[in-house]
Amino acid sequence: MLERLRPLRPYLARYKGRYVAGFVCLLVSQTVGVLVPLLIKTGIDDLARSVALRRLLMVVGLLAAVSIVKAVFQFWMRWILIGISRDAEYDLRNDLFRHLMRLSPRYYTEHRTGDLMSKLTNDLNAVRNMIGPGIMYSANTVVVGVATISLMIHLDWRMTLMALAPLPFVSAAVKFFGARIHERFEKIQALYSELTERVRENISGMRVVRAFCQEDAEMATFDVMNRDFVEKNKGLIWITSFLWPVIALMFALALLLVLVVGGRHVLQGLITVGTFAAFNVYLTYLIWPIIALGWVTNLVQRGLASLGRLMTIFEAQPDIDDRAVPRNPVTELRGDIEFRNLRFSYNGHAILKNINLRIPAGKTVAVVGATGSGKSTLVGLIPRLYDAPPGTLLIDGVPIREIPLRTLREHIGFVPQETFLFSETIHENVKLGTPDATEAQVERAAEISNILPEIRGFPKEFDTMVGERGLTLSGGQKQRTAISRAVIRDPRILILDDALSSVDTYTEETILRQLAGVMAGRTTILISHRVSTIQNADEIVVLHEGEIAERGTHAELLALNGYYAELYNKQLIEEELEKEA
Amino acid sequence: MSNTFHEEEVLGKAYDSRLMRRLLQYLRPYWRMTLFALIAILLYGMLQAVPGYLLKVEVDRYLDPTGGQHLPPVLARFLSRNPMTGIAQIAFVLFLPTVFLSFFLEFSQSFAMQMVGQKVMYDLRKQIFLHLQRLQMSFFDRNPVGRLVTRVTTDVDVLNDLFASGVVAIFGDFFTLLSIMVVMLELNWKLALLTFSVLPVIVIITAAFRRAVRESYRRIRVAIARINAYLQEHITGMSVLQLFNREERSFDEFEEINRAHMEAYKDSILAYGLFYPAVEVLGAVAVGIILYMGGGMALRGVLSVGTAIAFIQYSQRFFRPIQDLSDKYNLLQAAMASSERIFKLLDTPVTIEDPAEPKPLEHPRGQVEFQQVGFAYKDNHRVLENVCFTIEPGETVAVVGHTGAGKTTLTNLLLRFYDVQDGRVAFDSLDIREVRLRDLRKNFGIVLQDPFLFSGTIASNIRLGSEWITDAQVRAAARQVNLLEFIESLPAGFDEPVKERGATLSVGQKQLLSFARALAHNPRILILDEATSSVDPETEHLLREGLRRLIENRTSLVIAHRLSTIQNASKIVVMHKGHVREVGTHQELLQKRGIYFKLYQLQYKDQEFPVARAVLGAESLPERS
Repeated sequence: MLERLRPLRPYLARYKGRYVAGFVCLLVSQTVGVLVPLLIKTGIDDLARSVALRRLLMVVGLLAAVSIVKAVFQFWMRWILIGISRDAEYDLRNDLFRHLMRLSPRYYTEHRTGDLMSKLTNDLNAVRNMIGPGIMYSANTVVVGVATISLMIHLDWRMTLMALAPLPFVSAAVKFFGARIHERFEKIQALYSELTERVRENISGMRVVRAFCQEDAEMATFDVMNRDFVEKNKGLIWITSFLWPVIALMFALALLLVLVVGGRHVLQGLITVGTFAAFNVYLTYLIWPIIALGWVTNLVQRGLASLGRLMTIFEAQPDIDDRAVPRNPVTELRGDIEFRNLRFSYNGHAILKNINLRIPAGKTVAVVGATGSGKSTLVGLIPRLYDAPPGTLLIDGVPIREIPLRTLREHIGFVPQETFLFSETIHENVKLGTPDATEAQVERAAEISNILPEIRGFPKEFDTMVGERGLTLSGGQKQRTAISRAVIRDPRILILDDALSSVDTYTEETILRQLAGVMAGRTTILISHRVSTIQNADEIVVLHEGEIAERGTHAELLALNGYYAELYNKQLIEEELEKEA
Repeated sequence: MSNTFHEEEVLGKAYDSRLMRRLLQYLRPYWRMTLFALIAILLYGMLQAVPGYLLKVEVDRYLDPTGGQHLPPVLARFLSRNPMTGIAQIAFVLFLPTVFLSFFLEFSQSFAMQMVGQKVMYDLRKQIFLHLQRLQMSFFDRNPVGRLVTRVTTDVDVLNDLFASGVVAIFGDFFTLLSIMVVMLELNWKLALLTFSVLPVIVIITAAFRRAVRESYRRIRVAIARINAYLQEHITGMSVLQLFNREERSFDEFEEINRAHMEAYKDSILAYGLFYPAVEVLGAVAVGIILYMGGGMALRGVLSVGTAIAFIQYSQRFFRPIQDLSDKYNLLQAAMASSERIFKLLDTPVTIEDPAEPKPLEHPRGQVEFQQVGFAYKDNHRVLENVCFTIEPGETVAVVGHTGAGKTTLTNLLLRFYDVQDGRVAFDSLDIREVRLRDLRKNFGIVLQDPFLFSGTIASNIRLGSEWITDAQVRAAARQVNLLEFIESLPAGFDEPVKERGATLSVGQKQLLSFARALAHNPRILILDEATSSVDPETEHLLREGLRRLIENRTSLVIAHRLSTIQNASKIVVMHKGHVREVGTHQELLQKRGIYFKLYQLQYKDQEFPVARAVLGAESLPERS
């Protein structure tokens, strides 16, 4: 078990001093605490012998002193030991997030967001429970158990044996039922997620539901799940309802034994009435440690399982990093891109083959081709969203892996195919990569991407919130915001991955014209399905099943009379058709 | 980052009799079980005083018979004079049955009440879900999906906690406390009152603790919500974050939220850390009072040792119910907040519903008329103004116009997702508000711009819940839109699971699937909101083909983005800023050189290359050399 706890060592080692302090507090508070029943015993015996009140006052005074000392240390114990677990949780969560930010997109295509979220929430919490309450209550159980039981043995060892007899069953019951409760609970949680997802789908697809008159069918499906949920819960309720009464039953039986055996011992003169009373109190002292024994075992079991799952995140090594960067790396890029006999495979499939392409700094290259021809992968290699094999991709003649990621990406303005905006203000979204940008720069970027007038039209202008909690932007507005975000970086390399698909031709022309101005002398790579977008590029590359099928200028490609020419010709023919109309 | 999480976090008072009365209504169908649980817990509470009392009896009668021996006559007569026998009688005849009875009562009340909780939850969820199926679309515009999902799930759960472990347990705690106090007063009222003097203190401490914990729990909930939202968003947008070198700043932001979470928890640790020891000290104070005051009374011969021992045991027991009661307070408060939100949703009136006396629509011809229709989603902003046009049976009507011209609104009104504000929409010359929603909508098949897929299978996405559509019809629909080949290439064919709303399918495939869905439902009138997203030429070709078959021999209203649709339309309606500006065929409108001509130049010109293929066929392209 210790072996499996090893990953936590750095987190716990940090708080070694505090752990020691916490355990000292625990030791003091609980060893002092077990004196309380002894004082009660003295008090009762005194009371039974009708001694002077002065003596009782002394007992009461001691009782007060002892319980105050206990209380003070008990406070520090909780504050320190549980506090550590919150600190360690905080550290772990920070480290997890930091690690996640180092993992490449490949990791995120292979791991679902939902699963990651569940690790970061449920599993982290289970680990926290193990290192906080888990550790504290284990120690507590040991200390209270040892102290209480040894004092009880000291008072009357035969009665102790009798009284303690039912208690191991309590721990066993807690452990046994606890594990089953957890098991069933997990299943119910899974069902609950399904139910939640079902409701979410129903609401998200409400138009379809209504349009196809599916209300009753939806109701029926939901009802089946709802009913199943109740049924599954029944299995859990059965156990949870059983557990506590069973524990109470065991303790009552222990108490019963004390009544019988203790009574006999008093009558036989083996113990005093005070001892008999103290035994009753000690028994209540043991309730929680005995329960905790079973509970903690489950906490630790769950915690270990969760720790294992958390570790899978840490074990995922960032596959795209700066390990090949030399001591004195480049700091500035001109934007000269060269693919040198590049072959790129993903999960065994060759996505790109024999790519030899040089894009001199300052030039504009357009990439066309059918879906799945590898266009997005090709441009994704440039900011190293995916890693090209060593030596096959060079920027300014430097192998791309020798350029620090930060430097590389700093010089690239990338507008991905699927626009992702953060739920912040438009302003924040535009200056995502340039936190120090001025108002004027933000506005200029919005102007270039032809979205400024629309932003001006929003009541809160640039301070408009984006996303579910704010304004829902149209596809075109989102794309143009993403373009602003890229151009505000004043990048050496601008990549538009089909980034104008949701804007109309007129807007597109405006944007391209304005971009041409700012991007003079910069490298631009365009992916598009529209001929109008690409015809003015310095070079047009046609990708077909991962290979360059055609390349050249608009005129050259037309002369080549291949795929590109076909696209263009179709456009021409249509125009001719139109003239006849 | 956003701090709008608070909206859901406003906690009101812990008890609102109006809400409570309404909540209790939900218990009515299960009143027998509830009553049973209530009686069980009442008895259970009373039994809790028994062990202490038996302890006193044993001590006073046998172990230390010097003190007062005033036992109730019944007990005095029952118990043997022989101490050994007497002790056995107390333990096995009196104590043991109560132990088992107590066990049975606690178990059955807990089981009964949790089951009632589940059933109430089932009813509530069903009711909310049903209401959501009836509420008008404008309601969904105003309320984010996440919030509505919470109503059906989390908010209902909170209420379950209340029913399962709250309401009845409160009575249990109360009766336990009460029975202990009564027995103590009965045994020695003076010492009892003295012991009770710690009660006000514990109530005050508990109240203070509750306030502190509530505040930190509120902060914790906000922090957890923020952490989850932040993680969710940043994991989803991870590549953007990396592309823009945002790692450090994002980490700083995250660290701040994480810290708020940690600090809020530390405050709660502080509260618990102070509370538990304080309660223990009070327990010791109670014992001190009993020993010292009891000692005085014992000297005067008015207190037996047994009573003192029983008092000490009772004094350790009556803190628990008070602490529990304070936990229940938090539960109650959360439940009030949740129920208020749920009831607010349930009380949202359904404004679009079946008319009181619906007119029959038995053999519809399928003629649609927009007559001087005016409409606004929000108060003043008119989206449609004086819109008039007709779709005759068999016609294909294309609607074109800029984004925001009001095209999609037309379909929303036609399906009565919203009601017109001026004029009327007529179906077979009947105002659509005069017929049943179902009767109206079943005439239409709709294809949305953004094809929505449900989790399930390919077949279930075509059929939806319409059981009357046979497998053969599902197949036929798929074949008609050219999707059959693709479906059959899947490992499980029509039973291939569709996960995460079709994440594994391409945009084009999703579109075709939604075509098949509309076709399978064999609607009289097809409403089609064409997708604007550009797809590659092959898919475009498939889509266009699918489209052609879809509208063949069918009355259709198409919000057109594709030239083919427009050119083949019987009629084109040109919308501009909420008005119908031009109506006519493609050629008529082009010759007019009006808005359509301009729109056409700007918007449709570039989509023509895929169309060209259709017109001429790839092979017949003229050779150029």
